Amino acid sequence: MESLKNMKLSQLKPGQTGIIKEFTDLEMSIKLMEMGCLPGESICVERFAPLGDPMAITVSGYQLSLRKLEASTIILHK
Amino acid sequence: MSGDLKVALVGNPNTGKSTLFNVLTGLNQKIGNFPGVTVDKKTGTCKLPDGRSALIVDLPGTYSLYPKSKDESIVFEILADKSNPVHPDIIVIVSDASNLKRNLLLYTQVADLKIPVLIALNMMDLTKKAGTHIDIDSLSLKLGVQIVPVSARQGENIDKLKEAISFTSVVPLQHDTIEVKELAPGLISKIQEELHLDKPYTALQFAHQHENLRFLSKQESDRVEEIEQEFSFHSQKAQAAETIARYHFINGLLSDTVKYKAGVEAETFSNKIDRVLTHKIWGFFIFFAVLFLIFQSIFAWSEYPMSLIEALFVWLTELVHKLLPAGVFTALLTDGILAGLSGVLVFIPQIAILFAFISILEDTGYMSRVTFMMDKIMRKVGLNGKSVVPMIGGLACAVPAIMSTRNIGNWKDRMITIMVTPLVSCSARLPIYTVLISLVVPDKKVAGLINMQGIALMAMYVLSITMAIFVAWVMKYLLKAREKGYFIMELPVYRLPRWDNVLLTMYEKVKTFVFEAGKIIIAISIVLWVLATYGPPGKHAEIEKKYRSAAYVNKYNTEELNLHRSSEMLETSYAGVIGKVIEPVIKPLGYDWKIGIALITSFAAREVFVGTMATIYSVSNDDAHISSVGEKMHQARNPETGLPVFTLASSFSLMVFYAFAMQCMSTLAVVYRETKSWKWPLIQFVYMTALAYIASLIVYNLLK
Repeated sequence: MESLKNMKLSQLKPGQTGIIKEFTDLEMSIKLMEMGCLPGESICVERFAPLGDPMAITVSGYQLSLRKLEASTIILHK
Repeated sequence: MSGDLKVALVGNPNTGKSTLFNVLTGLNQKIGNFPGVTVDKKTGTCKLPDGRSALIVDLPGTYSLYPKSKDESIVFEILADKSNPVHPDIIVIVSDASNLKRNLLLYTQVADLKIPVLIALNMMDLTKKAGTHIDIDSLSLKLGVQIVPVSARQGENIDKLKEAISFTSVVPLQHDTIEVKELAPGLISKIQEELHLDKPYTALQFAHQHENLRFLSKQESDRVEEIEQEFSFHSQKAQAAETIARYHFINGLLSDTVKYKAGVEAETFSNKIDRVLTHKIWGFFIFFAVLFLIFQSIFAWSEYPMSLIEALFVWLTELVHKLLPAGVFTALLTDGILAGLSGVLVFIPQIAILFAFISILEDTGYMSRVTFMMDKIMRKVGLNGKSVVPMIGGLACAVPAIMSTRNIGNWKDRMITIMVTPLVSCSARLPIYTVLISLVVPDKKVAGLINMQGIALMAMYVLSITMAIFVAWVMKYLLKAREKGYFIMELPVYRLPRWDNVLLTMYEKVKTFVFEAGKIIIAISIVLWVLATYGPPGKHAEIEKKYRSAAYVNKYNTEELNLHRSSEMLETSYAGVIGKVIEPVIKPLGYDWKIGIALITSFAAREVFVGTMATIYSVSNDDAHISSVGEKMHQARNPETGLPVFTLASSFSLMVFYAFAMQCMSTLAVVYRETKSWKWPLIQFVYMTALAYIASLIVYNLLK
């Protein structure tokens, strides 16, 4: 899945999985890491809200919802 | 309330912390406010097996000691301030066993504060169902703390938890988690030394949070700031490094104590429900069906108990009149105090019903999905996904609706919701709309089916909701945010509601309203009674004399006499005087001084408008027979011009005025209680009155 290289979490489609590489926003990253989104952790996109934003993801065994803007600060690697 | 031992419950949101608190304390609980924030401070007592009694404090749920909101900042403030009245001797960390990794982050932070701690491991049933095995003994040994698996919902192992609390040593025995001093070498020791702190982690937290810790003196806070400069401390980088170090520690800890079931995960039950409940079409359909059910229930189910409460007070008033001699004291008791009390208690059914629903929505996990679905639309106008429920609740009554805004975590979103909810047309406006519409809108059908009066009524509702959304949008730019508008939110798994919790919530909310907002409502009722009863000296006695004179007694029967008398009394009362004083101000809106009196008396509650109209217009017709309010208003004429008072223009102007004006003391009282300051109810009163005035002026001049 070459196409997922260095993608943002917000670009994934429902059902797709990625592994967190890094964050582009320090302040946001603190909150995200506290919620279990750590580099190396795998994330699966579950669904988007009916109006396309926010999105629901599964990370370290539970579901988290976040806005696309927030998700775009998470960089994934394959 | 006091105890031999103070125990604080600390944990992530959705871990069953509040359920555990309810199980431990039962009805021995007290709800207050933490000073300075509108977050419920729940304390309760619990008997321990060794005979001691423990004071249990339920602290706000948080994912970390680094607060993301004002509510969350309470947690560290209490844990770090030894002089705080609820500073705990023991901390119970309530953890969700099915989500142990994330829950342990908060544990490691709290453990490093070196207050005696133990872990209550909740939701073991979910963990077992998922096939996860946790070696509790080994984990307990590694951390150096007692771990008690409990099921707060089923009340399992609560005795063991109480036992563990009583066995907990007064000295902290937990092992160190991470090397705290390495996170900020030099800085931590220096702060410890200067502020005489024995715990390195407390010193580090001070470095991060000193600006917001209210128990630190200005000098102490400034000194911490200087030390930070000296060591060029970067708060965010240090926090990120700390979180990574803590998760590293937790991963090591869990690697040989927790075994997850191998194999591909089947789609979870919650996911299946979510596919329907957050579906593109069905999701909204179901949500609006739920809202409709809530709205209908508040209206329909509360009608009977509300009429019972009102009937009870009518009976009580009559009883007092029978038992006590007529006079000022009796009048004060019946028309001031009893009327005020009735005005408070009549809200109980609506509050109880709305909170039963809200508690079910929160408990099942559906409220998070509502937020998830509505976030995009609501954010555009400065509101929150969770604002939908208070705004729909506002269609029935703004009082319970404003109380329900506590569920909105973000301060700015919550304030905007509180400020605009009273604009949504509540059920008390309905009698005003119907009386005025039936006066001026013909009862005719357009195109054979659509009733003109129905359209007019609907237009009032549409107008009120549109205005609420517009004001919210304006306030989005006016109000400064206190916290960053994150949306990062856990979607908890769906669970069945806990009925005892539903009942407890209803009880708590009713109690809070009656005791806190009730005081203010009764006080204002008495003031309004004085205004409507007393007038400048002399006038009232004259009227009494006039109506006792033979000419009057012979002309009218007793009922008519009483009506005429009370009408003249009201006219010469202080309320009447004020009505006349404000006449020049309200004349441009198409109102006379009689409507001015109604504007003043209906500040108690909007529905009082109709009653006041009935009293005040009882003398305006010459044949003096007792007619319905509608007829009286229809016949009302302007004495100067002889034209009807209630024209299309003045009636719509009046309806628009009532739609937008803050004509409800109960709402103001509840806004005061929810914001803990008179500033917000005052702003609300001023902006709504100004809005109502301008809108009515425009409507009157357009229709004139």
